[in-house]
Amino acid sequence: MPMPDWLRVRKNAQAQDAAQWTKCSGCGELVYKPDLKANHEICPKCGHYFRMHAADRLSMLLDGDFLEVGGDIEPGDPLKWVDKKPYPEKLASDRAKSGLSEAVVAGFGAIGGFPVGIAVMDFHFRGGTMGTVVGDRVALLFERARERRLPAIIFSASGGARMEEGVLALMQLAKTTNAVERFRRDGLSYISVLTDPTTGGVSASFAFQADIIVAETRAAIGFAGRRVIEQTIRQKLPENFQRAEFLLEHGAIDMVIERPNLRDTLVRLLDYGIAA
Amino acid sequence: MNPIVDREKGLLELERRITELKGLSTSQNVDLSSQITALEAEYAKIQREIFGKLSPWERVNMARHPKRPTAAEYIAKLDQFDELHGDRHFRDDPAVIAGFAKLRSRRVMVIGQQRGRDTKENLRVNFGMVKPEGYRKIKRLFGLASRLGIPIVSLVDTKGADPGIDSEERAQSEAIASCLYALAETVVPSVSVVIGEGGSGGALALGMTDRILMLEHSIYSVAGPEAAAAILFADATKAPEAAASLRLTSEDIYRFGIADEVISEPLGGAHRDRDMTIDRVLSAVDRHLSELVTRTPEQLQEERYSKYRRVGSLNTNGMHYVTPSEVEGQRR
Repeated sequence: MPMPDWLRVRKNAQAQDAAQWTKCSGCGELVYKPDLKANHEICPKCGHYFRMHAADRLSMLLDGDFLEVGGDIEPGDPLKWVDKKPYPEKLASDRAKSGLSEAVVAGFGAIGGFPVGIAVMDFHFRGGTMGTVVGDRVALLFERARERRLPAIIFSASGGARMEEGVLALMQLAKTTNAVERFRRDGLSYISVLTDPTTGGVSASFAFQADIIVAETRAAIGFAGRRVIEQTIRQKLPENFQRAEFLLEHGAIDMVIERPNLRDTLVRLLDYGIAA
Repeated sequence: MNPIVDREKGLLELERRITELKGLSTSQNVDLSSQITALEAEYAKIQREIFGKLSPWERVNMARHPKRPTAAEYIAKLDQFDELHGDRHFRDDPAVIAGFAKLRSRRVMVIGQQRGRDTKENLRVNFGMVKPEGYRKIKRLFGLASRLGIPIVSLVDTKGADPGIDSEERAQSEAIASCLYALAETVVPSVSVVIGEGGSGGALALGMTDRILMLEHSIYSVAGPEAAAAILFADATKAPEAAASLRLTSEDIYRFGIADEVISEPLGGAHRDRDMTIDRVLSAVDRHLSELVTRTPEQLQEERYSKYRRVGSLNTNGMHYVTPSEVEGQRR
């Protein structure tokens, strides 16, 4: 017997309702997605910061339009890498899930009336890892911002260099470093915003080469992964280890800012003349 | 246990017997030349069998061979060396040996990562894993060399940067990032040689030079094969598979257009003839420096920029990957 219409409608409604809810990895409670969005992707129940999608981050920050650069640079499979799955399959599935073509979106827009070059990394694509495309897009952003004599802002979120691209991924530390250096040599300024998590090759290159380094509240930031260190020393690490507040205390960053205040902070920094 | 060391044992036994026979034939004045020739042929055959074609995992173990010449031995062969110490902030990192030197009568700033030759030295140099103060010493000396117009020579040999709690507390990321940045700023010629293991950002921090040379059995990798296996296969014992997937041998790195030259080693590895290996390395460095010193500072920075800018990207057809076969095509 075919399913009656009312039941199908009810099931669809339920499915839609379910899609409107998500589980907070901070407190384990179900959170209503529109509430989450209204609250800057921070759990209204426990204050946990959800990892933001690049598109949401850009719409939270920018005054209006965004002109993307390097969006047409797409990943290949230079090592013909296969582990549990071939690398191109992993890329395809992340692309379908995240709607992104790679782990960073770069381009130009304005924040509080200040035109800037801005790149936002997205942890939902391959854990924000840096392969050749991330390196290219970041380098291209610095090159174009240099031509336009605009300041650059980069939001980092990355597990480090992308294993599946081997030594080519490692060399992106070199590519991006040279791009930052050439950009700054021309008297232009760069603000790095570290979000959860910023580790490995990204933290060991452009994320820590800025004039001002801002971190989002409680973001995990470090060179070695927490698990690697725990395995090496065979003991549990303190809870705040490698958190933004820990880095602030140790003098590694300029400031820790709560997400709802981040845009205003950037506007003030740009106003101080960080904007060239 | 290093599998290469295991496989060498039979050879060492043969070597001992050959020496013994040679000794006998002289002291007893008997003709044992036919036996000696037979043993020597046997020796050469086994040597070719073992070392003629090594798997990527065997290459990793060759790069990590406990008898392989370390940075200190290369530095000892320079004409002159005056060591410089410290980061001016915290302490001197013994995993980094650095200072003014003369190479074939040319002034250079030499920077080496020192892997321990035995347990005692390994404890002292932290198994060649450099801490933030080590990278800050290197950064300081890069800046000094650039200001004085002295070319830079780096000897790369590390599993990776130190991953300890104290290194994180002193911002290991920032130390590596600013070491790389200091290299980007330099206006003097720079050459790095991977003499053993080129492990991740901890190696690149001193390896982002105008020229990258690699010893035949050295490796360069985004992550150690064990770590890669743990992450990708959730099984660190699959390191041999990971080593093959990572494409970390000197030939691979050359084919990717990253290494500028591969320096061949004696059959059986660098430690089979240390003097010859070290001499070949120093001659190659000297040759590359001779080319580079003719460049203006602007040319050096420009060429360095495009060397790294093109890794895996931009070429004449627009934006796409430089694949290994394309690099080969360009070289032909």
